[in-house]
Amino acid sequence: MDTDVARHGTMQPADLPAVARGPSGTPVALTVNGIPHLVDLEPRVSLLDALREHLDLTGSKKGCDQGTCGACTVFVDGRPVLACLTLAIACEGREVTTIEGISSGGELHPVQRAFVEHDAFQCGYCTSGQIMSAVALIEEGDATTDEEVAELMSGNICRCAAYPNIRAAIRDVIAANAASAGEEARSATA
Amino acid sequence: MRPLSYVRATGVDTAIATVAAHPTSAFLAGGTTEIDLIRLGVTGPDLLVDINALPLADIEDRPGGGLRVGALARMTDVARDGRVVRDYPGMSQSLLLGASVQLRNMASIGGNLCQRVRCAYFRDGVSPCNKREPGTGCSALGGMNRGHAVLGTSEHCIATHPSDLAVALVALDAIVHIIGPDSTRTVSIDDFYLRPGNTPQAEHPLAHGELIAAIEVPPLPVARGSVYVKFRDRQSYEFALVSVFAALDVRDGQVAEARIALGGVASVPWRAREAEMALVGRPAGVESFASAADAELRAAVPREQNAFKIPLTRRAIVRVLRAALDRGQQ
Repeated sequence: MDTDVARHGTMQPADLPAVARGPSGTPVALTVNGIPHLVDLEPRVSLLDALREHLDLTGSKKGCDQGTCGACTVFVDGRPVLACLTLAIACEGREVTTIEGISSGGELHPVQRAFVEHDAFQCGYCTSGQIMSAVALIEEGDATTDEEVAELMSGNICRCAAYPNIRAAIRDVIAANAASAGEEARSATA
Repeated sequence: MRPLSYVRATGVDTAIATVAAHPTSAFLAGGTTEIDLIRLGVTGPDLLVDINALPLADIEDRPGGGLRVGALARMTDVARDGRVVRDYPGMSQSLLLGASVQLRNMASIGGNLCQRVRCAYFRDGVSPCNKREPGTGCSALGGMNRGHAVLGTSEHCIATHPSDLAVALVALDAIVHIIGPDSTRTVSIDDFYLRPGNTPQAEHPLAHGELIAAIEVPPLPVARGSVYVKFRDRQSYEFALVSVFAALDVRDGQVAEARIALGGVASVPWRAREAEMALVGRPAGVESFASAADAELRAAVPREQNAFKIPLTRRAIVRVLRAALDRGQQ
């Protein structure tokens, strides 16, 4: 960071609007997993770096840092996005959810449990991103077949190629949800 | 990543005035290309004006038919909009076949139209590249050019335009609504994309400080049977080697109207007018489809590694026209 500043010189153009923040650190208000934080960040800091380096939430991983691998997938306002291509400062006033925020009361999320049951990882580096995408995919309810799951999970790369087990885990949760929905429908009409 | 300043715009006028007043600033929407290129050192704004809070995300019916899609609508939302799926299915497919779920949730429609080329020499920040540094030469001409364009190129640039959506929009005769510091204007999508010619650094007619406000998609009955198919090295999450948008109106076995556009093979989203003209009045069948494809590809200029794109495009056009024919007859 210091070398960048040295190379480009101090940057404070005369015509910068008064309301502009940065380029040096500025207090940024982030809400992550329901908890408000005030962090001193330069505007160039990505959401991923803010989570990992400033908030010690290291579950979201940095694979490519250029929007290719999906290891940094988090939810912003409930939708999966790439934290490496999102500026932290642009998330003020929005709800950020990370892998650390999807379990409740010490209980694993059903998708996390299914990943454990199906051994849906090898090195584990991509896993938190895979699980975030899987949770969203299941909630959206757009995928019923393995092909649809594969298509909607294509933004998450697994270089260990654990894909068959990842799909099996997702398939299980979809099936379990469908079964319990059927159960509820039956008891509602009974 | 170089240091930069940030401001969140609260009004369209102030956003535009801020960018217009500051020559090295840029609008920030979805950021999926922009943050990537800043981090790579390819572009270097020192002020980002975040426009995501502006009220430009609605998808509205036009009084006379058609849709007005706000520039800040996200790819996911437009792809799933019931009117888009019903009236312009090829447009919905073009969005769903682009990028990944995460990127489609982030990327705005205005940003999609303005996304930069994927040419490795442009993106590496150091190679000679007339788009990045005019006058330095085109490294792709004698270099790695397997993914590059065969239509609409010049000796100064052979990069392909990467947008899938824009391919659908050129076929649909969309209109780009632009707000500037002093006035608003509209530009037809055909005039929005500039071929490289002698000025490959100029990709569109937006002046610094001008902002895309919306894309207007006119009413077009033939588009109800439209199809978009993408042929690529990977099955998903990959740019097109070639993609085809097609819609056909067939009456008594003859083609009454054809809309065809190509992606992945041209310097701009490519309206295949030669193919359209060759088809109208001809019997709707494989023979006519093949000669229409030939008519379009007559102007193609292959390079060392991308000559395969010409026969691939020919077959892709025939195949997608057959799909459009089937769809139109349903």
